[in-house]
Amino acid sequence: MSTQTNRYLKLSGLEVLNVRPESNFINIGERTNVTGSRKFFRLIKEENYEEALEIARDQVENGAQIIDINMDEGMLDGKKEMVHFLNLIASEPDIARVPVMIDSSKWEIIEAGLQVIQGKGVVNSISLKEGEEAFIQQAKTILRYGAAVVVMAFDEVGQADTYDRRIEICERSYKVLVQKVGFPPEDIIFDPNIFPVATGIKEHETNAIDFFRATKWIRENLPYANVSGGVSNVSFSFRGNNTIREAMHSVFLYHGIQHGLNLGIVNPSLLEIYDSIPKNLLELVEDVILNRREDATERLLAFAEEIKNDGNHKQKKKTQDLSWRREELQSRINHALVKGIDSFIIEDVEEARLLAEKPLTVIEGNLMEGMGIVGDLFGSGKMFLPQVVKSARVMKKAVAYLQPFIEEDKDSSVKSAGKIVMATVKGDVHDIGKNIVSVVLGCNNYEIIDLGVMVPPEKIVETVQKEQPDILGLSGLITPSLDEMITVSKALKKEKISVPILIGGATTSKAHTAVKIDPEYDAVVHVNDASKAVTVVGNLLKNNREDYKKTIKSDYQVFREKFLTRTKKKQYVDYQKSTENRLNLNWGKTLIKKPQNIDNQIIEGFNLKYLINYIDWTPFFKTWNLFGKFPAILEDEVVGEEATKLYEDALDFIEMILDENLLKAKAVFQIFKANSVGDTIEIYDEKNEYLDRFITLRQQGKKSEGKPNLSLSDFIAPKETGLEDYIGCFCVTTGFGTEELVKKFEEENDDYSIIMVKALADRFAEAFAEYLHEQVRKDYWGYAKEETFSNDELIKEKYKGIRPAPGYPACPDHLEKKTIWKLLNVEGVIGVKLTENLAMWPAASVSGYYFANENARYFGLGKIKEDQLKVYAEKRNISVEEAAKWLAPNLELS
Amino acid sequence: MSTILNDIKKRILVLDGAMGTMIQRYNFSEEDYRGERFADFSHDLKGNNDLLSLTQPEAIQEIHEKYLESGADIIETNTFSSTSIAMEDYHMEDLVYELNFESVRIAKAATKKYSTKEKPRYVAGSIGPTNRTASLSPDVSRPAFRAIDFETLRKSYKEQINAMVDAEVDILLVETIFDTLNAKAALFAIEEVKEERSLNIPIMVSGTITDNSGRTLSGQTVEAFLNSISHIPLLSVGFNCALGAKQLLPFLERLSVESKFHTSAHPNAGLPNAFGEYDETAAEMQAIIEQYLQENLINIIGGCCGTTPEHIRAIADIAAKYEPRKIQKDYEYANK
Repeated sequence: MSTQTNRYLKLSGLEVLNVRPESNFINIGERTNVTGSRKFFRLIKEENYEEALEIARDQVENGAQIIDINMDEGMLDGKKEMVHFLNLIASEPDIARVPVMIDSSKWEIIEAGLQVIQGKGVVNSISLKEGEEAFIQQAKTILRYGAAVVVMAFDEVGQADTYDRRIEICERSYKVLVQKVGFPPEDIIFDPNIFPVATGIKEHETNAIDFFRATKWIRENLPYANVSGGVSNVSFSFRGNNTIREAMHSVFLYHGIQHGLNLGIVNPSLLEIYDSIPKNLLELVEDVILNRREDATERLLAFAEEIKNDGNHKQKKKTQDLSWRREELQSRINHALVKGIDSFIIEDVEEARLLAEKPLTVIEGNLMEGMGIVGDLFGSGKMFLPQVVKSARVMKKAVAYLQPFIEEDKDSSVKSAGKIVMATVKGDVHDIGKNIVSVVLGCNNYEIIDLGVMVPPEKIVETVQKEQPDILGLSGLITPSLDEMITVSKALKKEKISVPILIGGATTSKAHTAVKIDPEYDAVVHVNDASKAVTVVGNLLKNNREDYKKTIKSDYQVFREKFLTRTKKKQYVDYQKSTENRLNLNWGKTLIKKPQNIDNQIIEGFNLKYLINYIDWTPFFKTWNLFGKFPAILEDEVVGEEATKLYEDALDFIEMILDENLLKAKAVFQIFKANSVGDTIEIYDEKNEYLDRFITLRQQGKKSEGKPNLSLSDFIAPKETGLEDYIGCFCVTTGFGTEELVKKFEEENDDYSIIMVKALADRFAEAFAEYLHEQVRKDYWGYAKEETFSNDELIKEKYKGIRPAPGYPACPDHLEKKTIWKLLNVEGVIGVKLTENLAMWPAASVSGYYFANENARYFGLGKIKEDQLKVYAEKRNISVEEAAKWLAPNLELS
Repeated sequence: MSTILNDIKKRILVLDGAMGTMIQRYNFSEEDYRGERFADFSHDLKGNNDLLSLTQPEAIQEIHEKYLESGADIIETNTFSSTSIAMEDYHMEDLVYELNFESVRIAKAATKKYSTKEKPRYVAGSIGPTNRTASLSPDVSRPAFRAIDFETLRKSYKEQINAMVDAEVDILLVETIFDTLNAKAALFAIEEVKEERSLNIPIMVSGTITDNSGRTLSGQTVEAFLNSISHIPLLSVGFNCALGAKQLLPFLERLSVESKFHTSAHPNAGLPNAFGEYDETAAEMQAIIEQYLQENLINIIGGCCGTTPEHIRAIADIAAKYEPRKIQKDYEYANK
């Protein structure tokens, strides 16, 4: 260890920041500064500290290694605000991990700040402005508090604005500090004043170079001292033109760092990468910064005028291997289709069109050859769904280009392999799976007529009659959709239509199809995997299709019989008996935690970036038919590479969604007073007035000795205990904005992006539900203040309390959503609607209840018997038939 | 100037062990704590160990002597809680000066008996963390709230330090630092006293890593803590309490790499068992400490909670066989 390497600026927050000689440039976040950020000033003035903290957090997350905090503003009590904000930061480990720069021109604010930071921070700034005595006194005190210091090149005469004055003041300051105060030289940071250039004033032309030269001199002549500066000053005369400003900052930093600038106050979002500055702009900017030409300023100004109205949208392009462009036409087309690259497809297709007899042959020949390869690779498991969807995007783009030429050529029309009508059934809004199947079939040259979501049976019948498709595909996610599919098949049968139906969607099953739909209809096949859809459709359209249908029929019959006899074996108890075997908690001893807050809470404009860490990625990959647990799936031998690409694309999409604020996150939730009364949960307002009730269902499966028949009401204190208990309910959505985005991508024939956006919106909604549940546990309800779980642990539901959602195993009754909507006024406050079959719109929404009891756990209701159904119908005040429709999947009817 | 600056270069110095564990052996009753002087005091005093320097001075001196007997070079005064802030619990803020002065006096009397020219003994004035934290809010719903501020801490520490200096303490030991901001207030007070009294007294700083996360209670990493307290010249920096010697090892390794000062450690006798007792034996602790010595991590070594004169003897025996850790000449204390 030599002395040389051990003397450098060492700072700390909760973690350490060592500014070693070999360290890269250290950037200091500038946005928590009331003089520089109107927004931050407004937030502090309005005492909106929560958002003010977000600014600090945001800076740290975006790479600020020190955060500058400044409260110098006439309308604020600067000392009070500095202390308050620093204290708040101290309670936020993700902000407090970096050192703080206490920035003020008032000594009393600086000292107050120094008294509340435990780490080694930096004072910004002191100078010889008020004379040597005050300077010494301040430096000595700063040293005693254990902070580093920024020294401005300022003395009794004024601020240094030339090279000579800069080095004169810095040298004098250094000597006083090191020799008279004993200040460690490595803890000194000089700010030799960054002034604007290109102001039109002759004297300002050398502002940047003077700064560079002074920096170099300091680093060479004042041992261990550091140099910093406020970089955005340099581009002051180009305010409003971020393209120029970003380039100027980068160029300034690039040269500054070469001269020894080792820290700086910068806004990382206002910084272009030096190497990616367009050559012409770079030259103009360097001319100005380095004062290389007489007319440098004029030339940059002229350029600035040109680009002023150019909406500059940042684009990062990864370098691509383009060697395949040198191959012959067909292999280029194949390559583009297999790799899903759409950047050259139009020029290649145009080349093919000029060579072809008819435009149609480009599709039937060139493009189909490529898609054939895609289909083979997909069929043999060498390509995966995300790639196929990208291939389809290229295909669609090519076809769209050729369409006008084909139409001109009257005597030809595209001959497809078959016509397929696709629809998500009435009352359901979920269509990711349907879209994927459509794309995959489309790739295989089937003509797809997509009726979209919430399609009523009449419309389906009408379309089938009109279009005479070869296949009809029905999709749905929520349980009422199962019934809807039966309705559709009955309606078709009534019209004597026998087009084969494909059934797909998360809650559909071979069992449901075999037991409920197959007996009602001629040919129906359950397909829950996009890759199987092609085979099934192929079989249904082949010459020997009648044999295939027969095979399916008999397969389903065998399955149905097995299923029905198997289910009979399971034993059930009477409803009365099941209620007697409820979970009896010792309510006297069970701790009921009184919520901190029982007001209706509405969250709007929530920043999605805080949800990223809460995303459960595994289901995202499942959506794309890539199966495996995240993050292990990224390393998976078979799908790892594709999963990684998909994941990277997803992150890019998220970045775009965040940058452009494309999806809106909203939530509403509230905790209510509640008691259970039998198998219902009564809800009361703050004055204990009855508001409404949740009707819960109880397991009726026969339990082994000592195991209870559970119902959610068991987790709420019964009314007769006299205890005041609570239940929460919530709805979150991240779906607003999806529609507009999808529309845009539809216009671009970009199914890949459509599926991506929908899948990500769903993930965000789930993440939001997770996030909100955590906030409720820790804060609003506050019964688990101390918990600290990783995302992984959250996904594994290690926390105390549950948040079951109507329509899911513990409470499959979708009608409960109506009660939640009423209690929270969900539609009124955040706009999430319920369809007639009680699906939520936008689809990327989650709703449910909060139970805090430590004994509360997730369970599956299983089947219930007719006796409970009758009691339920009575409570719900609906007919037994209607109740049976809603609870169909859970009925065990003898 | 104290010869400790020379001694620390030549050998590993041994710090004493726990005071509390030893006091327990006396089974003092409420009456014993009160003594004659506080017989009628209006509040309970049992548990106010620092008060024993006034009411049971012989016992305190006896404990010091047992540690000196076992080979300790440095003994800590019975003043861990002798600040106006910590004494508030016992309504004894007014006794702070006397508590510190007497405790140093007793310790000095003990070292005087054992000091030889070859092996001089030193008294380190123990400066505890107080029972308040300056950078943490005790109230989760008010994160910006603080139960104590820097100024109050600084004044309280200054009162304690001045009393210790009056009684001619040899070293000031800021220890069991849960919250670095508290320690910075103590160091600020020390610097003021040094300046006002034109004094150059060696300072030891000892932080507490609360668990295997490797952070202080106030959330700092080993290195961040070190950077936060390195602005004034220190005799040593190290860790004590909360962990046993074994758990402390990885953090000492990190400290030893980064620290320009001498290093110290006085760990607990292992981790407490289910009854809150420490049962690592002297031999067990010695074996782990030998690893510190083999890795050349240490300049000052002793014990905290649960350690006894037997532990210190074992530690002293093994420490005598190893060379102290070397530091860069630049940062040697006397340099300042």
